[in-house]
Amino acid sequence: MDIKNYVKKARSGKIDLIKNTKNIISECEKINKEYNYFNVISKDSAIKKAEELYKKDSKGKLFGVPVSVKDCICVKDVESRAGSKILSGYNPVFDATVVDKVKKEGGIILGKTSQDEFGFGSFNVNVGVDFKIPKNPVDKERTCGGSSGGAAGITKKLEYPHAALAESTGGSIAAPASYCGVIGLCPTYGRVSRYGLMDYANSLDKIGVISRNIDDCALVLEVISGYDNKDSTSLNVPDYKYSRIEQDEKKLKIGIIKESLLEGVDKEVKKSILRLVGKLKSKEIEVKEVSLPLVFKYGIQTYYLISMAEASTNLAKFCGMRYGYEEKIQGNFNDYFSKIRTKSFSREAKRRIILGTFARMAGYRDAYYLKAMKVRTLMIEEYKKLFSEFDLLISPTMPNFAPRLDEIDKLSPLENYMMDIMTVGPNLCGFPHISVPYGSKHNMPIGVMFTADHLEEKKLIEIGKIVEKIG
Amino acid sequence: MKINKNLIQHIADTARLNLSESEIEELLPQLKEIIDAFSELSEIDTINVKPSFQPVTIKNAMRDDKVKESLSQELALKNTKHKRKGYFQGPGIL
Repeated sequence: MDIKNYVKKARSGKIDLIKNTKNIISECEKINKEYNYFNVISKDSAIKKAEELYKKDSKGKLFGVPVSVKDCICVKDVESRAGSKILSGYNPVFDATVVDKVKKEGGIILGKTSQDEFGFGSFNVNVGVDFKIPKNPVDKERTCGGSSGGAAGITKKLEYPHAALAESTGGSIAAPASYCGVIGLCPTYGRVSRYGLMDYANSLDKIGVISRNIDDCALVLEVISGYDNKDSTSLNVPDYKYSRIEQDEKKLKIGIIKESLLEGVDKEVKKSILRLVGKLKSKEIEVKEVSLPLVFKYGIQTYYLISMAEASTNLAKFCGMRYGYEEKIQGNFNDYFSKIRTKSFSREAKRRIILGTFARMAGYRDAYYLKAMKVRTLMIEEYKKLFSEFDLLISPTMPNFAPRLDEIDKLSPLENYMMDIMTVGPNLCGFPHISVPYGSKHNMPIGVMFTADHLEEKKLIEIGKIVEKIG
Repeated sequence: MKINKNLIQHIADTARLNLSESEIEELLPQLKEIIDAFSELSEIDTINVKPSFQPVTIKNAMRDDKVKESLSQELALKNTKHKRKGYFQGPGIL
């Protein structure tokens, strides 16, 4: 059942919300024991919300709908740690704007989904100290992708209407959606408020949606998007009724990115994309080969430079004071802060702090950080040129299907970063993109990614509907 | 760019991280490889290119200079054990 129909039934009283919510929570607890998709399941507050809804009017667009929230998005009075030990015990005293919007529309928050610490990973294996690695819902020996791994995993595994609020910095919505076989939409930078999001990299972070089908995705996007004066980077642009988009008769023009099908791409992934392109062409959708040479040659380097530089400043505020992990205060501030940070950041977080601090240091800043910002300008121009002719660009979401966890262990950090080759471009340049499942290999899902121009999420919903229909 | 143990140690101190000798040993080749990759950006001509500090054009977000309701002192201090007389308590700086 999709969310729209679930809401209809809940409104008319055909679904017992309290009983149903209890069942969903039990199911989540059961799944979590085996798959580690939640860092916190907020059982009591979810049931309380269902009881409140029972007594109230039923106008909300998400009336009674279970919604999970990535751990890095603040939920009032629910421990929110961004997957890091350094935020242990932090219970926000406010809701992130997106959470506030979901609650106002009658959504029921299930809990906080697992992730790579602060979003630092593509496979959700870079979890914080004392956190568990989520497992792929199709094969437990494999990754569910990251960094929104818990969000994608629970969306696939939970046999109830549900949507996940996720977050992407360099591909953290599209990648896990691809590996788990669900829909993942990352909106234009600034389309959805970041207020209440624990920053990874301010100029890159976006909150988006992971869902089981495209209609659910459109509805939740409609709820969470919009201008917010609490976020200075929020775009003051007209909203769109995404849930009312019908499959447009207008023929879309699509560019297939040449570089995305070259070396390093799994044969079956390539086949899936080409099979889909064939079907789109048979629907008289024009598909032509295009090229993004700069993005594919330098995207990874540019993305990691910017994200690590920004991450290292953002993580400077975590020091065992004011909130989060604390110990008895001993020694001077240098000793205390260093002790807390050393104990509670994982290896990958430390690596990124070191690299980011290096890129911003006097003497290196212009050669690295500023240079990357300039290259980003050239990459935006490269994309914009294509969008003057094409509505959408198509590529695989990931160059492969979900790798085994023991295969990931063997990758060097740089080899690990290279896996983001498809997703860093749109993320770096703030373009909205969607991963839609299409095809599989040995039952493992394959994702296809569509990228649109800034603020053209409508086209992503349209193409999502077309692909879903093609099946 | 010369990456060596001393530089890593200096960066770690700046970032308030204590790294053991073995951690530095492990990081050294990894950082060299990654920074070499970063250095490839120098091949790109960016003369007269303006940096994009944001991916979309964002104008200054101004608001009226008016006092608004904010977090109470009690709520602001709610998440810490280290507080005294309505203030955060921290380690000594001298």
